[in-house]
Amino acid sequence: MHERKHFFDDPRNVKKVLRVFYVICALLLLADVVVHRHVVHAWEGVWGFYAGYGFVACVLLVLIAKEMRKLLMRREDYYDDDG
Amino acid sequence: MMGSLPPFVPFFVAAALVPALGGRVRAAVLVALPVLGAVNLFHLSDGVLWQLSFLDNALEPVRVDRLSRLFGYLFHIAALLGIVFSLHLRDRFEIAAGLVYAGSALGAVFAGDLITLFVFWELMAVSSVCLIWARRTGRAAGAGLRYLVVQVLSGVLLLGGAAAHLLETGTLAFTYIGLGGVAGWLIFIAFGIKCAFPFLHNWLTDAYPEATPTGTVFLCAFTTKVAVYALARGFPGTEMLVYIGAAMTCFPIFYAVIENDLRRVLAYSMINQIGFMVCGIGIGTELAVNGAVAHAFNDVIFKGLLMMSMGAVLHMTGRINGSDLGGLYKSMPITTGLCIVGAASISAFPLFSGFVSKSMVMSAALAEGHHWVWPALLFASAGVFHHAGIKIPFFAFFAHDSGIRTTEPPANMLVAMGLAACLCVLIGCYPRLLYDLLPFATDYTAYDATHVLAQLQILFFSALAFVWLKLTGLYPPELPSVNLDAEWAYRRLGWRAALGARSGARAVYAGFGSARVRIGRGVGEWARRSFGPSGRLGEAWDTSRMAIVMIVVLCVFLLSI
Repeated sequence: MHERKHFFDDPRNVKKVLRVFYVICALLLLADVVVHRHVVHAWEGVWGFYAGYGFVACVLLVLIAKEMRKLLMRREDYYDDDG
Repeated sequence: MMGSLPPFVPFFVAAALVPALGGRVRAAVLVALPVLGAVNLFHLSDGVLWQLSFLDNALEPVRVDRLSRLFGYLFHIAALLGIVFSLHLRDRFEIAAGLVYAGSALGAVFAGDLITLFVFWELMAVSSVCLIWARRTGRAAGAGLRYLVVQVLSGVLLLGGAAAHLLETGTLAFTYIGLGGVAGWLIFIAFGIKCAFPFLHNWLTDAYPEATPTGTVFLCAFTTKVAVYALARGFPGTEMLVYIGAAMTCFPIFYAVIENDLRRVLAYSMINQIGFMVCGIGIGTELAVNGAVAHAFNDVIFKGLLMMSMGAVLHMTGRINGSDLGGLYKSMPITTGLCIVGAASISAFPLFSGFVSKSMVMSAALAEGHHWVWPALLFASAGVFHHAGIKIPFFAFFAHDSGIRTTEPPANMLVAMGLAACLCVLIGCYPRLLYDLLPFATDYTAYDATHVLAQLQILFFSALAFVWLKLTGLYPPELPSVNLDAEWAYRRLGWRAALGARSGARAVYAGFGSARVRIGRGVGEWARRSFGPSGRLGEAWDTSRMAIVMIVVLCVFLLSI
């Protein structure tokens, strides 16, 4: 191949990026211990609430959407035969 | 002389002139237009610029206040971005339509009465559909027609509401309306259609992705934002809007996750963003309305940026389905970077524009004790990062390498995207610039440790969820498909019912004598011409005629008072 190799062509680079990402996630979670936040909603006071909510929300979102496909998904030309 | 022109006039004049100009002169006029227009707006003083009497009713076609001025500036920015993005276009029809559309949107936000609002409302419908038809495909023709029918219907409701409003209150002035009577409801639904309320939303996801790569950039800036403006003026503090808005933030993101056409993903995500604005208007406090309006301002720019980046991909590769794309960062690195700026802004990353406005709506929801709406908004915030912040750049530019090799788009497209990206970062870093333009004076600060940390946690752990789902193979693949939505009721059920009625009618006619058969055939032929695949234009004209008939009825009605 003549094309030069791009950054993400090398799986090791992908791993490196992910590792940095995991470290940031861990630091953000730890920051919950250090930073004192002013709380309005009762849930906000729970340790790691925002992190957990974000993670669970997205997993649910994707898994529910995936189930929705069984009910809602049609061929790409579904409406086309109606002119 | 400058400073006395109604804001829409320069755009209409330019729309008439531009098709006659060619080459560089046209480009220069086009770029100068929104800049000079904004200067003109800067020199306009607050108050009623122009007053007319329409059958003993005072009309105020041009009224300037803080709210309309903010949207006025916004629409000039949007017009500039759209114009620069489409400078390479040779299609004069599309260019002129874009200018009329931008001008009409300006006309609508400076309309001081409901009749003027109606006129610009319909002008927007008619001019914007040209941006869809300019794609010149069969699908665009059908989608444009359905779009036009819905838009004109909204206009007819608005006009009916205006007439009822005149009966109820004796005035046509466009100020607070509320849901007190029939008029309020008619106007509310008219606004709701253009705002893409749940079940009324499919015109948006149907038509916007079928428009030209350049046309969609115009489309996503104006229609829905005029509707948000209209709601903010006519219905602030209407509690129902809180729940409608919350529903709008949540349901489209499920569709966005499984949608394959990336511009349609953005269309769903647009409904999600409008949901935040509608919710803010419903809460109705100064902070909430400020937040709603500020979010509208930012949304036009970052959604424009995302639409432009997807438009650039479509323009260069001819493809827009997630299942066909991937790996484009190799040949379009600048576009990739600019798209990521848009993605960070819509996801409300700190230092990007979405953060400084969305947090206002969230704070207002909490402050007003909407303790069950707030978790929904928070869910939607995580979801928007998932489908717009990650999915769009990931499936277009990264993911598996589709093997497509192209180049960066034309320079004008890059400049437009660059401008939008700069604005996203500028507003994100110096939110004061925007806050000082808001309808209510505010000392709100988005940047405190609590907000920033909470937002970063939510975003990074949403991303972590994506990484986990992707690595474990649980993430649904991009598939060429159509997903059923509320539009099924008219695109399939209604259509089949019409076909059934036609064949039923034919069977009845077949039983009559030969003369009647001829009449029957004539009627059948007429029905086929009007409602058949090639004749659906007729249907739309009928609705427009309905609008004209309504105007005549209104005039007669006004004369008889």
